[in-house]
Amino acid sequence: MIHVSATPVLALRGVSKRFGAVQALTDVDLEIHAGEVVALVGDNGAGKSTLVKTISGVHPIDEGAIEWEGREVRIGRPHDAQGLGVATVYQDLALCDNLDVVANLFLGSELKSASVLDEIKMEKRARVLLDTLSIRIPSVRIPVAALSGGQRQVVAIARALVGDPKVVILDEPTAALGVEQTAQVLDLVERLRERGHGVILISHNMADVQAVADRVAVLRLGRNNGVFRVADTSPEEVIAAITGATDNAVTRRRARTATATKEGAK
Amino acid sequence: MSDLAKTPDTDKVQAATGTAVDAEPSATPAAAVDPRLLVREQGFAGYWSEFVRKIRGGELGSLPVVVGLIVIALVFQLQNDKFLSASSLANIAVFTSGVGIMSVGIVFVLLLGEIDLSVGSVAGVGAAVWAVLSVTHGWGDWLSVFVAIASGLVIGALHGFFFAKIGVPAFVVTLAGFLGWSGLQIWLMGKEGSINTPTGSVVEDLTTHFFADKAAAYGLALIAVLAYGASQYLDARRRKNAELPSRPLSEILLRTGLLAVLAFVAAYFLNEPEGARGLPLALVLFLAVLVIADFVARRTTFGRQVFAVGGNAEAARRAGINVDRVRITVFAISGMLAAFGGLFIASLSGGATKSLGAGNTLMMVIAAAVIGGTSLFGGRGKIWSAMLGMLVIQSIQQGLNLEGMPNEIQYMITGAVLLAAVVIDSVSRKTQKSAGRA
Repeated sequence: MIHVSATPVLALRGVSKRFGAVQALTDVDLEIHAGEVVALVGDNGAGKSTLVKTISGVHPIDEGAIEWEGREVRIGRPHDAQGLGVATVYQDLALCDNLDVVANLFLGSELKSASVLDEIKMEKRARVLLDTLSIRIPSVRIPVAALSGGQRQVVAIARALVGDPKVVILDEPTAALGVEQTAQVLDLVERLRERGHGVILISHNMADVQAVADRVAVLRLGRNNGVFRVADTSPEEVIAAITGATDNAVTRRRARTATATKEGAK
Repeated sequence: MSDLAKTPDTDKVQAATGTAVDAEPSATPAAAVDPRLLVREQGFAGYWSEFVRKIRGGELGSLPVVVGLIVIALVFQLQNDKFLSASSLANIAVFTSGVGIMSVGIVFVLLLGEIDLSVGSVAGVGAAVWAVLSVTHGWGDWLSVFVAIASGLVIGALHGFFFAKIGVPAFVVTLAGFLGWSGLQIWLMGKEGSINTPTGSVVEDLTTHFFADKAAAYGLALIAVLAYGASQYLDARRRKNAELPSRPLSEILLRTGLLAVLAFVAAYFLNEPEGARGLPLALVLFLAVLVIADFVARRTTFGRQVFAVGGNAEAARRAGINVDRVRITVFAISGMLAAFGGLFIASLSGGATKSLGAGNTLMMVIAAAVIGGTSLFGGRGKIWSAMLGMLVIQSIQQGLNLEGMPNEIQYMITGAVLLAAVVIDSVSRKTQKSAGRA
């Protein structure tokens, strides 16, 4: 089992976010520990993306608090999140097709010697990084345009790791991938956990979630709808929480009749 | 399995790649190599096979232009044996320089995936500012040249501001600039209509000064060859020490040798034949602009950011690049180089006029960048394409001038060459797409 430290790296306490008349998030709690994969699931419009954007600084929160290693922090813009050590891999891959893998990995944080790009140091670091993640790509010097979808996805994830973040947010990393590539990305997620990163994994795919996540946090209509340990939860229970299947006329009636029968038996 | 580090998968990969992996001793552990990848062999054979593969994959680079230049030289030389004479070649060199410098600015703008239609007018404003300050107001020579170039920079930055911050398409901003700045130019020139270049001024020297000493041309060629060879060798050695794949010595020697032949043949034609005047100052300045711009584009963070914004502006923004600043800077560079080029045109035509930079200057400058191989679609191109493309255009003009062809025919032929260049760009992009490289 994973070792969970006492203080979470990142904790959201009672976070709310409003867009005009829409209450996108209401009183949401979430905790991520180092070396833990937390899957964030929910139907379309449940607030997953909004929640992630509040963490990565795209949308500042309206109410509630964000704690980083036990301290309360303010994340007002993407720069703040990056400064704390939050790296986000967006769903639409943020790579430049015309640049090679090395240039993409170090884009925005190029290594320089005397204000000249140090290509050799960057290429070496890139190889080491890709090797430690067991990422297989043909060459670090080919343009990203020449890579397959899965290879691009792993490059995008590797890119997030260049600054050695503590929390990595993956927004549907397997959405457009084939079987083999999905497995590669899941392997990579497990390797991130082994290296002690906290991972937030957004996914619609229950199989992926079951495969790699330690805990599943369910959002429904912008509210927490349960946090489950993957080891002792069935996919059906999680799906029920996502769709709200546990909270309808049928289940309420069943609960009522169950109590009635019990009372009747007395 | 004895070696615990190897997974069964790794073994399979090694077996599949076999010799390919052995051929590249500096490669990282076999696990990082995709078995489907054609690993380039070290040595000259590898260099050649990679070259052929690149051509097949549509990565033509500068090849069409170089072939084009050779064909142009052959055709015109057969028509008229004065084409490769000293005075004709010196003419090409001098005429290429001014508009070539403007074209370097356009290459930066094209790398962003944008266009700057105002360069001709900005060149005219630059020349007008210089002429009015230095002749009418009697300012110092250097100061007025400096102010002229700075005014180009400010104009370019203004275009960049409207494009990047306000969000007006660059096409429209610079089209407005094209009209507006040529109005300013005519207003500045005022009643005079044209101001002649004073004799002995800096601007006159730009295109009329030649380093008559033969040592100048040969020395410059030697420095260029040595600097290129040394930088290639040192780079290869550093890569080898870092255990990265590096260029083999044979390839470095071949490249340096080719450059040496080119440089010394050019120097010979500038120095030796009857009527040769030596190394033109204009060419030296043009080469200096090219070398600096190429360094900025390929070796600095700013250059990398220009390519990134041209490739995928949103990705660049998410990577923390200040996209607006990059855009404004690029347009400022384009304006600055346009004004600098305007001074060359003034020098060639004997002074600043109301119509300097009008007519086909703009089209030639953009055509040169595209003919040289810089993509109109952003993110792909080389600074040196400004020189190659401008050489093509000026060679055609010089050849047709020698033939006594009228202007209208020259326009038609230059137009056809431009179309051919864009066709090559579009077709090679298609090929690259089907080869999975774009």
